[in-house]
Amino acid sequence: MITRVFAVGLLAGLCAGLIVALLQAFTTTPLIIDAERFEGGHSHQHASAMHEAPFGGAKLYLAHATAGADGDGHSEWAPEDGLERTVYTGVATIGTATGFAFILIAAMLLGGERITQNTALGWGAAAFAAAGLAPAMGLAPELPGMMAEDLFARQQWWIMTAAMSAVGLWLLLRGETGWLRLLAIPVLLAPHLWGAPHPAIEAGASAVPAELAARFAAMSLAVQAVLWALTGFLVGTFWQRIGAASEAEADGR
Amino acid sequence: MSTAITHSTSVRADVRIAALLALVFGFGLVFMTGFAHSSVLHNAAHDTRHSLSFPCH
Repeated sequence: MITRVFAVGLLAGLCAGLIVALLQAFTTTPLIIDAERFEGGHSHQHASAMHEAPFGGAKLYLAHATAGADGDGHSEWAPEDGLERTVYTGVATIGTATGFAFILIAAMLLGGERITQNTALGWGAAAFAAAGLAPAMGLAPELPGMMAEDLFARQQWWIMTAAMSAVGLWLLLRGETGWLRLLAIPVLLAPHLWGAPHPAIEAGASAVPAELAARFAAMSLAVQAVLWALTGFLVGTFWQRIGAASEAEADGR
Repeated sequence: MSTAITHSTSVRADVRIAALLALVFGFGLVFMTGFAHSSVLHNAAHDTRHSLSFPCH
């Protein structure tokens, strides 16, 4: 069983990640790089570090990366713009897709679900709603250079929202009684009533053009939707093809 | 009869262990690519974090 889970998770994550990495190279990454032109603006929370950095290319990116707590990031490693950066982004996307694939398989197994193309695609769609749409309602996909609240606070809200949305969707779709399904509504709404951490926004505070940010937000959500759908579909596909026979035998079916 | 029950229980325990391992491994991967504050990890995964709208810098 463990072999099957890991084979399917790694394979589905690798394939979905590769395809989405390719998609990102043509959709979101050009927008991110474009937005970095505006990152040196007065509004950026690391503006002081930015001013010391030569403008443009990898140097700007390095400076931007000083977001770390030590604040002494000028010598820190970052991939060079171009091929190296694309490769690292690809690896990170494959890693994320693999993580998503494992979480999806784990959730379906623990939920007692049969894993097929159709069911895994459905779970992938629900996962996109929980970990893509719901957090984006409070924290819209961000470009470099946009104003944002403290990173840790945003990460906490993101994780809380994804987790509560997942629980809420489970209650809504799998709740055994009407009361459990009704409970889904407050669980789904709570993180949004609580509210995502936002800085006070003043006109002209962010140097990134709104048009660019809007395009990026829509594109990012589409890329996430593709990632979850592909991951689900491939988990279902590989699950049916890898180790299905030996499992059925072990199951006595 | 009793062997059949024992067998199906052990299969179910097997499934649960595999699922929990997968869950830990999956969350670990997503944490590394999407959330870890290590600046090397952040820099390497920067574009992915923005692209998949994980909170970033």
